[in-house]
Amino acid sequence: MKFTMFHSIRGGLAFLGAALLIAASTGCELRRAMYDQPKLLPLQASDFFEDGMASRYLVDHTIARGHLEEDEHLFAGTVDGTMVETFPFPITTEVMKRGQERFQIFCAPCHDRSGSGNGMIVQRGFKQPTSYHDQRLVDMPVGYFYMVIKNGFGLMSGYAPQIPVEDRWAIVAYIRALQYSQRASLDDVPETMLAELEAESTP
Amino acid sequence: MTQIFHPSANTLARVSIVAGFFSIAGLLVLGDALQKSTYVTEVNMPREQVVPFSHKHHMAMGLDCRYCHTSVEEEAFAGIPPTRTCMNCHKLVWNEAPILQPVRDSWMNNKPLEWNRVHDLPQFAYFNHSAHVNAGVGCSTCHGRVDEMPLVHKQNTLYMSWCLDCHRAPENFVRPRDQVFNMAWEPPADQVEEGKKLLELHKVDTSNFRMLDCYKCHR
Ligand code: HEC
Repeated sequence: MKFTMFHSIRGGLAFLGAALLIAASTGCELRRAMYDQPKLLPLQASDFFEDGMASRYLVDHTIARGHLEEDEHLFAGTVDGTMVETFPFPITTEVMKRGQERFQIFCAPCHDRSGSGNGMIVQRGFKQPTSYHDQRLVDMPVGYFYMVIKNGFGLMSGYAPQIPVEDRWAIVAYIRALQYSQRASLDDVPETMLAELEAESTP
Repeated sequence: MTQIFHPSANTLARVSIVAGFFSIAGLLVLGDALQKSTYVTEVNMPREQVVPFSHKHHMAMGLDCRYCHTSVEEEAFAGIPPTRTCMNCHKLVWNEAPILQPVRDSWMNNKPLEWNRVHDLPQFAYFNHSAHVNAGVGCSTCHGRVDEMPLVHKQNTLYMSWCLDCHRAPENFVRPRDQVFNMAWEPPADQVEEGKKLLELHKVDTSNFRMLDCYKCHR
């Protein structure tokens, strides 16, 4: 007999079956290990740290590289502690469009698209903010709006974690445009845009 | 020598060859069907969460995806909002609802909410949200009508074959950049031509099968 290893065909088959099973299960095991590699993704849980989070807070009194906010005008909306009346960079049509888009994402839910303060969240029970067209706010310097976005105001949270610096200023520019839009007359519209405006207003 | 096998064994042998073939083929078909079944892919299966957050409800109020998923246009990871984002509104709205108790607990104790991941790509595949969004791939192309999902489920398998459907012919799927976050967007009748123009406009390089290079996703 040559095949002394297996005393019967049945024994051979059983061995083959077992071998296949082991191969298949280690295959799955390896595949799993590739699926979930020993690395951590953003916001993943981890039992390495006591608080169970993989993401870490900054160590106290440290600043991440590239996050030193030296430009007071740009980052704080003030110069020597006084609220600025000017923007830290030129406001182009592009910036204005960006501001409109960001305003509609982050502010319109409460302040509504016209800025009068009757957005959906307000209709659902949030405190109604003062309209941007209120004289007090029309007279406020742009630095004030920047500071409200960054730090919040009363019951409104600050939006610094959600909105990067340049976008905050773009939103301020758009708020200025909104305020202006409610007080402007047809004579203020540049002639080149008059036709466009009229086409939009006649249904 | 005596005969071991009865003549009927011939038939048995033939039958078992055929049956063996079919049973192996059957097993393969079954295995394939299992891989594609919702049991394995989890497509259309909503996941339980600590708070039954409804995208449908929040989007019906006009919230934009980016209000919460703030990094989707700039980073690989779209971002899961911190509890702070919930509290922007829920410190006043529904601020006593029992259903939101875990959110308030998270806020008071400075402990993040633990969400169950719905779209869990294998880690050997690299995926970047911003690259797709900026190329004109809409949210709903991959995620489906999230604005109609009370609890989020996967709309697609996220299998490699599914990725390749688009990487082979992105012109069938891309849309104008300003429509990326529009959940209700439908492709126009001339999608393929429009798509080709958009790919050029968005500077998507499809030459030399570049979108099919292995290292695009496996790096
Ligand atoms: C969750 C609702 C909500 C959102 C979103 C929101 N606000 Fe407010 N905002 C308020 C409320 C409420 C007040 C009034 C707060 C108070 O009086 O306690 C307010 C007040 C303000 C004020 C006026 C402060 C004053 O002096 O009266 C400004 C300016 C303002 N918000 C700007 C913004 C901008 C810009 C955004 C978008 C980045 C924004 N808000 C997003 C709710 C919101």
